[in-house]
Amino acid sequence: MNDSSLARLVFGRLTWESFPIHEPILVWTFVVVALLGIGLVAAVSRYRLWGWLWREWLTSVDHKKIGIMYIILGIVMLLRGFADAVMMRLQQAMAFGGSEGYLDAHHYDQIFSAHGTIMIFFVAIPLIVGIVNYVMPLQIGARDVAFPFLNSLSLWLTVAGALLVMVSLFVGEFSRAGWLNYVPVANIENSPDTGPDYYLWALQIAGVGTTLSAINMVTTIIKMRAPGMTMMRMPVFVWTALCSNVLAIAIFPALTAAFAMLMLDRYIGSNFFTNDLGGNPMMYWNLVWVWGHPEVYVLVLPVFGIYSEVTSTFCGKRLFGYSSMVYATVVITILSYLVWLHHFFTMGSGASVNSFFGIATMVIAIPTGAKIFNWLFTMYRGQIRFELPMMWVVAFMLTFVVGGMTGVLLAVPPADFVLHNTLFLVAHFHNVIIGGVVFGLFAGMYYWFPKAFGFRMDPFWGKVTFWGWVIGYWLAWTPIYVAGLMGTTRRVRLFEDPDLRIWFVLALIGALIILVGILGFVIQIIVSIRNRKALRDTTGDPWDGRTLEWSTSSPPPFYNFAFTPIVHDQDAWYDMKSRGVRRPAVEYRPIHMPRNTGAGVILSALALVLGFAMVWYIWWLAALAFVGLLAVAIGHTFNYHRDYTVSPQEVERAENAAAGGVP
Amino acid sequence: MKRRKAWVLLPFTSLLLACEGAVLNPAGIVAREQRDLIYISTGMMLLIIIPVMILIVVFAWHYRKGGHGTYDPKFDHSTGLELAIWSAPLLIIIALGALTWSSTHLLDPFRPLPAREGQQPLVVQVVSLDWKWLFIYPEEGVATVNELVVPVDRPVRFDITSSNMMNTFYVPTMAGMIYAMPGMRSQLHAVLDRAEESQGFSANYSGAGFSHMRFRFESVDDAGFARWISQVRNSATALQLAEYRQLLTPSERVPVMHFSRVDSDLFRRTVERCIEPGTPCTSETMAHREHGAGGAAATGEARP
Repeated sequence: MNDSSLARLVFGRLTWESFPIHEPILVWTFVVVALLGIGLVAAVSRYRLWGWLWREWLTSVDHKKIGIMYIILGIVMLLRGFADAVMMRLQQAMAFGGSEGYLDAHHYDQIFSAHGTIMIFFVAIPLIVGIVNYVMPLQIGARDVAFPFLNSLSLWLTVAGALLVMVSLFVGEFSRAGWLNYVPVANIENSPDTGPDYYLWALQIAGVGTTLSAINMVTTIIKMRAPGMTMMRMPVFVWTALCSNVLAIAIFPALTAAFAMLMLDRYIGSNFFTNDLGGNPMMYWNLVWVWGHPEVYVLVLPVFGIYSEVTSTFCGKRLFGYSSMVYATVVITILSYLVWLHHFFTMGSGASVNSFFGIATMVIAIPTGAKIFNWLFTMYRGQIRFELPMMWVVAFMLTFVVGGMTGVLLAVPPADFVLHNTLFLVAHFHNVIIGGVVFGLFAGMYYWFPKAFGFRMDPFWGKVTFWGWVIGYWLAWTPIYVAGLMGTTRRVRLFEDPDLRIWFVLALIGALIILVGILGFVIQIIVSIRNRKALRDTTGDPWDGRTLEWSTSSPPPFYNFAFTPIVHDQDAWYDMKSRGVRRPAVEYRPIHMPRNTGAGVILSALALVLGFAMVWYIWWLAALAFVGLLAVAIGHTFNYHRDYTVSPQEVERAENAAAGGVP
Repeated sequence: MKRRKAWVLLPFTSLLLACEGAVLNPAGIVAREQRDLIYISTGMMLLIIIPVMILIVVFAWHYRKGGHGTYDPKFDHSTGLELAIWSAPLLIIIALGALTWSSTHLLDPFRPLPAREGQQPLVVQVVSLDWKWLFIYPEEGVATVNELVVPVDRPVRFDITSSNMMNTFYVPTMAGMIYAMPGMRSQLHAVLDRAEESQGFSANYSGAGFSHMRFRFESVDDAGFARWISQVRNSATALQLAEYRQLLTPSERVPVMHFSRVDSDLFRRTVERCIEPGTPCTSETMAHREHGAGGAAATGEARP
């Protein structure tokens, strides 16, 4: 055996050339990331926090801590995804009239692929899952989710996927096939490098996490509601979480199957999606969009729920048209399965097929429009307090209706024939994702932050964040709509027509204003933590809330409710308040709680190793990691110490501490 | 279509029209109808969007805390109002749906366009290569790379396929786009009604050289077209298997090329994935399979 074949056996296709040491941008990024990492490790070691971190957070099965960790993951990945966005904006503003800009195709193509992948899979999904995880069990009066360990595993699998994407920045390269890793670009003949493999393994690992989480949430909502909370008394946020997770359970298997087939194509030479030997790339497009369009609603439905909760609270009114809101949500859930083909009208399916999918898409605008009207008439005869969350609601309504309109326009097939895959389309989906999902996530984070941490967020920096995002959004994306109407395609690296340049310069300025919003948010978190005493909320109900999460202390004790609440009305807590119900403070009973476990972290770490080894063809390591995965998973089933009982004395101590206002 | 009226109706889009964007300033009949459809649908939707936006602002201001709006915390249901808020979008969507159904059939890219009596559509075969465009004029027996010239006032039928990547064949001023897919043949019908020079390109990302996948597009009168064809016919090279193999090698920023003659079977063999002698064409393997297994097989075309 000679040296090179030995190296291949040990390191697979990983060589010194796999590390981008000749690329200054990446080296400097690596230096910064490494310094931050070393600083973090040093700080944790200095204050001897490793044990605390492991016991209280990494191994936690508490839905609230898991929710918070999901949100932290989402915010960290948002910074990465946004850095990609600014790089693209800069390139497009520079590359005119023969200029190549500063990015070659090799890098530019990786950046737009990574941007989309990260923003959807590792920003939007974790933030949504995080908020649902935190809020939903509290809103239904439960003590945790149905499967606490599974929840921890879901979180860490998502983290493992995110880490694998980040590793691709410094070891090898990421996919250059777009955020859905389209074939034929991602076929082995066209992309023999590690890019599509990183993509596939990262998303398969994270996808398992998302699917398991969805199963968990649906079970929790079906089985663990407080007594008296019938389906039609559930808060709208719980309804939207239910529909969103039902959708996720149905669609993620399609994505997993599509990715699995592409993996087989790439690893063992099968021909599912190849150009020859009976393969068909169009099948891949169908399968990923069978996942992809409902996914839009997986993201946006819970956010509609957030808007409903926020509007109702800050208008001081019950939500207008609760039942029509619920039916609208269910109708959207069902219809969202029937529209995927509108992503490729231009493939030429024929006029009748295209019309069907176009009209089905438009029909979704009816329940969505009804929702907008319901929020509108909740404001009608209300007493609106324009705190931070409510500001985001109004900005959302004004922004989202425009995105909805351009969406319906794109659903008209002949119009789509001239707008498909142009920047008009790109502007449309950023309009609904930023104006819908991101604005809603901010509304939700500001709304529930005092619940999670016991103090409000600083209002001044909150306004900086708000105006940065809202003004930045409009300035960044209106020009992109215009460029699209001028026939400019997406994913283009450089332009010839100098008339277009002004729009890209404006868009860059807009992106920089959004940057102000993002930095404002980071500063806001720091300022709020420093001023936490002044911002402290001791009531547990700082906004005069209406649903059960506001009935417990802030932050809630680890068991959520000392006594399971009994629900008599839709706005359960508002109803309790108006009847003068108080939290009972006597005769505490023992509480049955799940015990922390490190199995989720260990399994996910092994999954990460498995993914990395498979990407680099390090077969021995992959085999080892796989066997390890099986061993730990089977070993965990023999762990019988999964639960414990909290004694009434302990509950009393915790309740008294919370009542004292000092956690 | 009454363009004037559309302008008055649609301040938003007409503002954009001032930009002279390609999509909004077409030279082809299909592209013009597509643009008009954009105007009409936008106008119909603005009927509901504008009042809603005004109401959002008015309610947000009027019912702010400390404002003068009446506060009625019990107002959470009104059957009449709910009927209205469901039926208003419903009516718009019914109208838009009807428009969608008819316009989608009318502007279907596969549907031949009406021609004058005795006029045959011009056939152009389009192959997207990595990363350039090949145009074959089978009746004229010539081919070009990255240059497409068509006559004015004569329907053109494009037969489109791809050698490897998926692209969309798109001339914004002529007609909508349609995918160029490996192993498939898609079609686009178009007719130009004025002479113009512009650009066509791929609108679907197809790898490293995608940004340069642009071609020169020109519509000329019949005499000009005949002149151009004879000019191409007089060029030095012919497009045979050897030249085609060279074209199949990925390349970027490819200058315009002319071929005086072209292998008439090239397009079919590209669609059927049997360019290299000895490779079985898909129609043969399918016929073989059908014969052997007795099962019905799909045809190799996007549309039978």
